[in-house]
Amino acid sequence: MTLGGIDLIALTATLMVSSTPVLLAALGELVVEKSGVLNLGVEGMMIMGAIGGFAAAVMTGSPAVGFAAGALAGMGMALLFGVITQILLANQVATGLALTLFGLGLSALFGKGFEGIRPPQTARIDFGGLADLPVLGPILFSHDWVVYFSLFAVGAVGLFLSRSRAGLILRAVGENHDAAHALGYRVVAVRLAALAFGGAMAGLGGAYLSLVRVPQWTEGMTAGAGWIALAIVVFAGWRAGGVLLGAYLFGGVTALQLRLQAAEYAIPVQLLSMAPYLITIIVLVAISALHARGRQAAPAALGRSFHASR
Amino acid sequence: MSRAVPPLLRLSGLSKSYPGVRANDDISFDIAPGEVHALLGENGAGKSTLVKMIYGLVAPDAGRMELSGAPFAPPEPRAARAAGVGMVFQHFSLFEALNVAENVALGMDDAPPMRQLARAIREVSETYGLPLDPNRTVGDLSAGERQRVEIIRCLLAGPRLLIMDEPTSVLTPQEVNILFKTLRQLSAEGTAILYISHKLEEIRSLCDTATILRGGKVVGTTDPRARTARELAEMMVGAELRSPARPATAPGPALLEARALSLAPGTAFGPALKGVGFTLHEGEVLGIGGVAGNGQEELLATLSGERPSGPGTLWLGGQDISGLGPNERRALGILGAPEERLGHAAAPDLSLTENALLTGTVRRPLVRRGFIDRRAARAFAEEVIRDFDVRTPGPEVAARALSGGNLQKFVIGREVLQAPRVLVVNQPTWGVDAAAAAAIRQALLDLTGQGAGVIVISQDLEELMEIADRFCALNDGRLSAPRPMAGLTLDEIGLMLGGAHGMHPPDAGPDTGRDTGPDAGPHGLGAASRGAR
Repeated sequence: MTLGGIDLIALTATLMVSSTPVLLAALGELVVEKSGVLNLGVEGMMIMGAIGGFAAAVMTGSPAVGFAAGALAGMGMALLFGVITQILLANQVATGLALTLFGLGLSALFGKGFEGIRPPQTARIDFGGLADLPVLGPILFSHDWVVYFSLFAVGAVGLFLSRSRAGLILRAVGENHDAAHALGYRVVAVRLAALAFGGAMAGLGGAYLSLVRVPQWTEGMTAGAGWIALAIVVFAGWRAGGVLLGAYLFGGVTALQLRLQAAEYAIPVQLLSMAPYLITIIVLVAISALHARGRQAAPAALGRSFHASR
Repeated sequence: MSRAVPPLLRLSGLSKSYPGVRANDDISFDIAPGEVHALLGENGAGKSTLVKMIYGLVAPDAGRMELSGAPFAPPEPRAARAAGVGMVFQHFSLFEALNVAENVALGMDDAPPMRQLARAIREVSETYGLPLDPNRTVGDLSAGERQRVEIIRCLLAGPRLLIMDEPTSVLTPQEVNILFKTLRQLSAEGTAILYISHKLEEIRSLCDTATILRGGKVVGTTDPRARTARELAEMMVGAELRSPARPATAPGPALLEARALSLAPGTAFGPALKGVGFTLHEGEVLGIGGVAGNGQEELLATLSGERPSGPGTLWLGGQDISGLGPNERRALGILGAPEERLGHAAAPDLSLTENALLTGTVRRPLVRRGFIDRRAARAFAEEVIRDFDVRTPGPEVAARALSGGNLQKFVIGREVLQAPRVLVVNQPTWGVDAAAAAAIRQALLDLTGQGAGVIVISQDLEELMEIADRFCALNDGRLSAPRPMAGLTLDEIGLMLGGAHGMHPPDAGPDTGRDTGPDAGPHGLGAASRGAR
């Protein structure tokens, strides 16, 4: 099934792979923002996950260890942010920007010896005969476990937020931290837990980038994916389903523009390269403009510091 | 206490200090099962600290509590709730983006599944006559409905003691009646109620016992039904209370006039103003009553110039001022004090001097050649602090650091001292104690003695009955025709608030009813007969 020299089935399969890092990071940030914390350091956590995961996988030869290390690296960064903003009560915007700069610099330092190496390959899950199905096989049954995990996480995060008691408490903390405190909930503990989860997801996304998507380590390889994840959370109206849509749109346009470049269409490369960012933002803005009419979905306490005595 | 029943809650020698303040000093009293017990006191008398200790939000420094004879020292609200103590907060601790059932679930320690909880909410709301739909988003509810959410949240836990902090300050008289019916039913079933309020008449009609706090100490325990409201107030203040003295001036010529003033809603949930018309005369207080969210904020915003209305809708002594902004109106003498003290009337993180400057500079020379005259601004702030008895260490303190009542005195004082021709205030004594409220009302009446016109927008009907010359009801953005305050009963006002525009008898046209002027008179027959229905 080809259209204008582009294989649509292969494109869809690639789309899922190229969307996964942004999807993971955006899901993590969704939970963080629902708890009322604005962590602008997603880019920094992702790239620390990318180098942490890459280094661990190369040194141990195990991609699984690599992914775990990537998640831990992201979580470590997030907890650093948590201590500074939740306990020392620093400004969240400034701290988040600093976290990104810090992550970019630190990862470049750690990554010096890892350039030009290929990481151990992450195996695809073997679905047996299912993978040979026409159309569905390559799209649904030809991926590694992280892709399936990311899709599972969309459902899990969505259900957690809307149905579970813990999710209700998390939303309550993000909505009105003074009231949550008055009812006896531990605002700072909830937010630190959300931050840890968000950091782990961003780190996992980063590790996926360096271990599967590219796969190798280059300085600054996240190339703004963390910022796209942040934008997706906002324009998806803080809904897990919207995050999936936004991430797959971004990944899809990325995959498409690479193929257009390869097919040597007479479109300037610069235009193609900027297309994923531009189109994702435009579509999401349009959706949120249509959807959020009269109802602002942002958590009311987003970005505000909480101190029990005030 | 003459009752033979052992007390449900016994407080003995409770003390709590904060840096520089002894908030509670050796507090002791008992609450019997099923008793409605009032806790009275001025702002800062220590009522909030005391109930926070009972609810486990604050730990006492000394003293002990007993619940049904067993020692009771809740380390956190969860423990207090488990022991059967529920609390309805003054500032609702609700989550606007969540629905009713979710809000209730958050206040319970082991909440059942949502569907079961929704059923339980319906049952309790029917049993106690508090209609409430569990699936509605709290952000869309009225103040009265929000309070029901809090009450039902407490009732589902089956409390033995229910603490209510200023529960009626945002309710209409009809809603107050519903609430009191519920509270009496609870009391009859054996639930004790600790009731904090500034509204002494309510306490006299509802409560069995009243404990009065002053400066953190118990100064008396009394049967409120055996006392007059005035006696109770004097016990709170510790001094003789003067009721506002009205300067004997007849209303003068028309000052400010609104003609068919309409305004689009300012927020997603706010109402539009629809054809508002009134005439304010020199030397009169025009009282505007209504339940919160019926256009009060919009009305103040358009009178103060924050949100100008269409041309020809607002006139000051023959001049069309509809298009003028706030500072141009200030220059003409129209001043305003909005309801929200922190963030609207005052900038929270700026000092009192800076806040005084923000509105004072138009009518007072506080700026010279573009530079702030710090000395003059400071002197003005000190004048407000002195004349209005604002309790603060000095004018350099941030507005945020003042208690609500003190900041309110400052905000009102700042406008009054600028010698306005027209002063518009919204909720001038909200959350302010009796003595301070009396001082603010007196200041407003004194202004009319100097020939100014005052518009008081308030949800406190007792306040309007005390100081207003004429009364209008604001309902869904429509203003009823003004009626003389003298002779209006609380019931009639309640009906006006429920549907002000439906109150005209069929023979009175909309124009004859509105602004007949001083000659046809606030005391004219036409106006009086409208009240006959």
